[in-house]
Amino acid sequence: MSRIGVFICHCGSNIAGTVDVARVVEAARSFPNVVVADDNKYTCSDPGQQSIKEAIVEYNLDRIVIASCSPRMHELTFRKMLKDTSINPYMLEIANIREQCSWVHKDIEAGTVKAIDLVKMATAKVDKDTPLFTTTIPINKRALVIGGGIAGMQAALDIADAGYPVTIVEAEPSLGGKMVMLDKTFPTMDCSACICTPKMADVGSHPNITVKTLSEVEQVSGYVGNFEVTIREKAKYVDYATCTGCGLCETKCPTKVASEFDQGLGQRKAIYKPFAQAVPSKPTIDAAHCRKLTSDKCGVCEKLCPTKAINFADEDKLTTETYGAIVVAIGYKLIDWGALYGEYGGGRYSDVISGLQFERLVNASGPTEGHITRPSDGTEPKTVAIIKCVGSRDPEKGRSYCSRACCMYGAKHAHQYLDKVPDGRCYVFYMDVRTPGKGYDEFYMNTQHDGAVYLRGRVSKIFEQGGKLICKGEDTLIGKQVEVAADMVVLETAMVPADAADRLGSMLGVTRDKDLWLSEAHPKLRPVETNSGGIYLAGTCQGPKDIPDSVAQASAAAMKVAILFSKDELESNAMIAGSDASLCNGCGACVNICPYSAITLEEVTRRENSRMVTRQVSRVNPGLCQGCGACTVACKPGAMDLKGFSDEQIMKEVEALCQW
Amino acid sequence: MSVVDEKWEPTVLAFCCHWCTYSGADLAGLNRMNYPANIRVLRVPCSGRVNPQYVLTAFNKGCDGVLVCGCHPGDCHYVSGNYYAKRRMMAFKRLLEYTGLEPERFQVRWISGSEAGKFRDTVVDFCEKVRALGPYTGGAVSLSEGLGAGAELGVGAELGVGAELPQGGDAQ
Amino acid sequence: MKYAYFPGCSANSTGISFTLSADYVGGRIGLELEEIPDWCCCGTSAALVTSADLSLALPARSLALAEQHLPGLDVATPCAGCFASLKGAQHYVRRGTEQRAHVEQLIEMPYAATAEVYSFLEVMAQPEVSEQIASQLTTGLNGLKVASYYGCALVRPADVTQFEDPENPQSMDRLMELAGAEAISWAYKTECCGASHQISEPKGARLLVERIFADAAANGAEAIACACPLCLLNLDLREAEINATRQARGEQPFDIPIYYFTELLGAAMGGSAKQLGIDRHFWPAEALVQRAVSPSPAEPVLDDAGLKPDSADAPAAAPTAAPMAAPMATPEQPAEPAAEAPAAAPAEAAATPATAVAKEVADE
Repeated sequence: MSRIGVFICHCGSNIAGTVDVARVVEAARSFPNVVVADDNKYTCSDPGQQSIKEAIVEYNLDRIVIASCSPRMHELTFRKMLKDTSINPYMLEIANIREQCSWVHKDIEAGTVKAIDLVKMATAKVDKDTPLFTTTIPINKRALVIGGGIAGMQAALDIADAGYPVTIVEAEPSLGGKMVMLDKTFPTMDCSACICTPKMADVGSHPNITVKTLSEVEQVSGYVGNFEVTIREKAKYVDYATCTGCGLCETKCPTKVASEFDQGLGQRKAIYKPFAQAVPSKPTIDAAHCRKLTSDKCGVCEKLCPTKAINFADEDKLTTETYGAIVVAIGYKLIDWGALYGEYGGGRYSDVISGLQFERLVNASGPTEGHITRPSDGTEPKTVAIIKCVGSRDPEKGRSYCSRACCMYGAKHAHQYLDKVPDGRCYVFYMDVRTPGKGYDEFYMNTQHDGAVYLRGRVSKIFEQGGKLICKGEDTLIGKQVEVAADMVVLETAMVPADAADRLGSMLGVTRDKDLWLSEAHPKLRPVETNSGGIYLAGTCQGPKDIPDSVAQASAAAMKVAILFSKDELESNAMIAGSDASLCNGCGACVNICPYSAITLEEVTRRENSRMVTRQVSRVNPGLCQGCGACTVACKPGAMDLKGFSDEQIMKEVEALCQW
Repeated sequence: MSVVDEKWEPTVLAFCCHWCTYSGADLAGLNRMNYPANIRVLRVPCSGRVNPQYVLTAFNKGCDGVLVCGCHPGDCHYVSGNYYAKRRMMAFKRLLEYTGLEPERFQVRWISGSEAGKFRDTVVDFCEKVRALGPYTGGAVSLSEGLGAGAELGVGAELGVGAELPQGGDAQ
Repeated sequence: MKYAYFPGCSANSTGISFTLSADYVGGRIGLELEEIPDWCCCGTSAALVTSADLSLALPARSLALAEQHLPGLDVATPCAGCFASLKGAQHYVRRGTEQRAHVEQLIEMPYAATAEVYSFLEVMAQPEVSEQIASQLTTGLNGLKVASYYGCALVRPADVTQFEDPENPQSMDRLMELAGAEAISWAYKTECCGASHQISEPKGARLLVERIFADAAANGAEAIACACPLCLLNLDLREAEINATRQARGEQPFDIPIYYFTELLGAAMGGSAKQLGIDRHFWPAEALVQRAVSPSPAEPVLDDAGLKPDSADAPAAAPTAAPMAAPMATPEQPAEPAAEAPAAAPAEAAATPATAVAKEVADE
């Protein structure tokens, strides 16, 4: 016989306004095994908690029901309260009579009847509660950062500075991400490379940081504090231990390829460093274009290399290591506007370029050494049209969201163009100008004062006529169609999730939102956590952001990692699955269904029917089990059950609702 | 439909997963949305935790309608629980309908934590339909009697020979 | 290769040349067209502004009749406007059972939207049909510079018409290249011709046509090919008037004849101007095509390409007395005529009822 106490909360008038609390208390007294039922103005307050503690002692209660707000709100509060009493914190059930009763119903009679039912169900469930205990999981204090852009570098530096070892995995041959491709950064116009490359150098030389470039995460298993991660380090064909980065190989390589770093506007060699300040400052061979690797000819780099660092027989290396936490910072890519915007030429006109291409054009170390020239003929464009929201805020063609940074970098591009081509004309087509941020709106105003003509309207079509790119559009403020005959058009294209987001998301158990960005655990209160313990998000992989926001989020993610690593071990979830070996027939259905690989079959020898029997039974790893309960339904003999949500408890709840 | 007590109110049970639909229901409360008081939410960690047996028991013990709700496919907090739920519940629903249960009485819905409006609309719509059908008087009732704990669909299918069962509440 | 044929109202009136030339080409390549019994007006833009239901019911009725009487046949229509209307109804019905029930109730007939709807351009652009066309070519167009003008109704709305690339369509360009023309690259492929605004809003609408000519001329086009009777009419009928205005402004007039793409295909196959209806255009179109199909560009027959007709009597000057030189008349191609003559005969014989009517109209 259990001894149940039921405590009904008024929550001021939040509950009492629609639920007759006195009637609920009265009804609760009649439920089986209820020893005491009482009400309280604010149960979660100190006096409220005190009165429950006193009742536990006075009536020798062994479990309690609290009818109040949602368990999502205060279940943990009350569990904590029970730690100070004789009752196990899990001998508690909450009846949600606020969010799911008093707040959604207006009729007092109906609300009261429902509240009584909800308390009834909770009472039936608590009657079958059993004490639950947590175990502890050791924490491996090493962090993995996926992505070496500005967010990943910031997170890695912060974690490393906190004293923990970090491995940073970058898919490209160098750290730096998108930021290092930019020319200047708004609104201060400091040189992007000048503030980004020192960070790259810091990461490269930090004693706590290991950098793996040209690498990808191949496989992840395990759980918070204990992730087993397999990393594929692709063949570089250059031994970084002996290479001094002298660059002689690059000068003599006969193969030229369009440079990814210069967005196709410049060229690189088949053995190359993507840009001068690359970290690590050593070249890689592009196997798809190298003559030696494709047709076994050439090999000039091998002959020239003074340290004999070239190794054409190099292969991908797989390493598996254990990490306690993972920061995902894989960034974004730009939308493929060519496929979506046939009306802008769909890529047929070489002088219609993306904003990132413009960054390379205007960059002093870019393919034109900072001279703004047309890719088609190398002449200086005297009229430039900038079109914003290409793919953003356009659910018909692109994405419905705002990419957040384009208004500012669009203004930056206009400013840079007018600065470098003083007799040039610049037209900016926009839908709205969104410039919230320190010094942002002032920057936009200055750009207008520079002479940029802002036209509020979309461009419906771009076509070539007489060597000019005619942009047909609309100025909605004067209600007229406009045509701009431009020499060059810059499209400020939408940010979309990086290609790796899909694979990594499912590998790490991080969900993706409607636009396929990786989802944070809570949009306001848990912006860098994910729903998977020990996995955090930094930068644009979570949604479009500018550099300041990416850096802030990266430091926040690093802080979360540092908090996790500040403990030596972690308390595990108590409400997990458990298998009854006497019922288990070893069929393995639970092993197959478990999304966390938390269940294994193991051989046991046990006495059954007065005989010793050796057979396979399932066993749940408490560190891996997350308590979803999928296995319980798959279990045919009914051996698997979920603590805290057992079959018996749920059945009792259903019965209580219908029959009491 | 049999003569119904004018005061009859349908009893509707909703199994809601903790991470999506339950928090969506909380959000509906936070937004002070209004919906029929007939609904009783039973919290489960995941829609994949819902054993078809619970549904049978609910109908057996006198529920007039049962909802099973979880995260949208692809959004499960537990990676894939709602896919298991979907597969189980869709097969199970066909079985129930085969035994004479009106399809409207048992529904599976995916409602996220931010879809308070969808939760409200689902409850309003579901309660209305169940009310129109009247009290549940038969159907799958006797099916669950013979089921042991943890009965999977295989077991339910054996009981699918319930062709002799009464034609649900469809007593017009 | 058989289709249920939806002629549309222009087939025997303003678009007679389209019908004549399509029949000619169709006959040569073995295209069979069976007219949908009791077809009615597609509704065009007039129905759309009158009532949404009407604009669904009219095209759906004809499509339902095709389904009923010509089961298993896809529908083909020459007119781009009809194509857009028919596609619109088909697209609506395919959206769901509710939409289908709505339409069936409107037309009081079953309509399952099983048959596809194709424009003549799409029919001819199919790879196997294009192959057939290639096999029938005799003279080719000898590098005639053609601007392929698709207009708006074939390509928009893109999700309804589902016409290859709505921004930069290529099918007509490919057919022109196939026929030996040079398909020039230009920007006004899918711009509006003004449609019925040429009558209600002449001032603004003329400008639209003028821009189309201007861009074609700027890109070196000698001719414009189109696939829509209204586009052709608007360009062909207004060229003289636009030229008069241009001359008054002191600007260079255009001399760009407009053809149905089928006229150019037919000419490349050896069809005569009369057979193809090229002699019925407002802006003189016979001379250019005759020059193009002549094997040697060195001997221009009636070269009035350089002559700018007087704007006042330009429309009247259209029917040129001299018939287009038939390929058989040219000594350079002795082998062709023998194969050519019997091929032409069945083409005449296979003429559809539509053509028969067309002939009557022509004889008036």
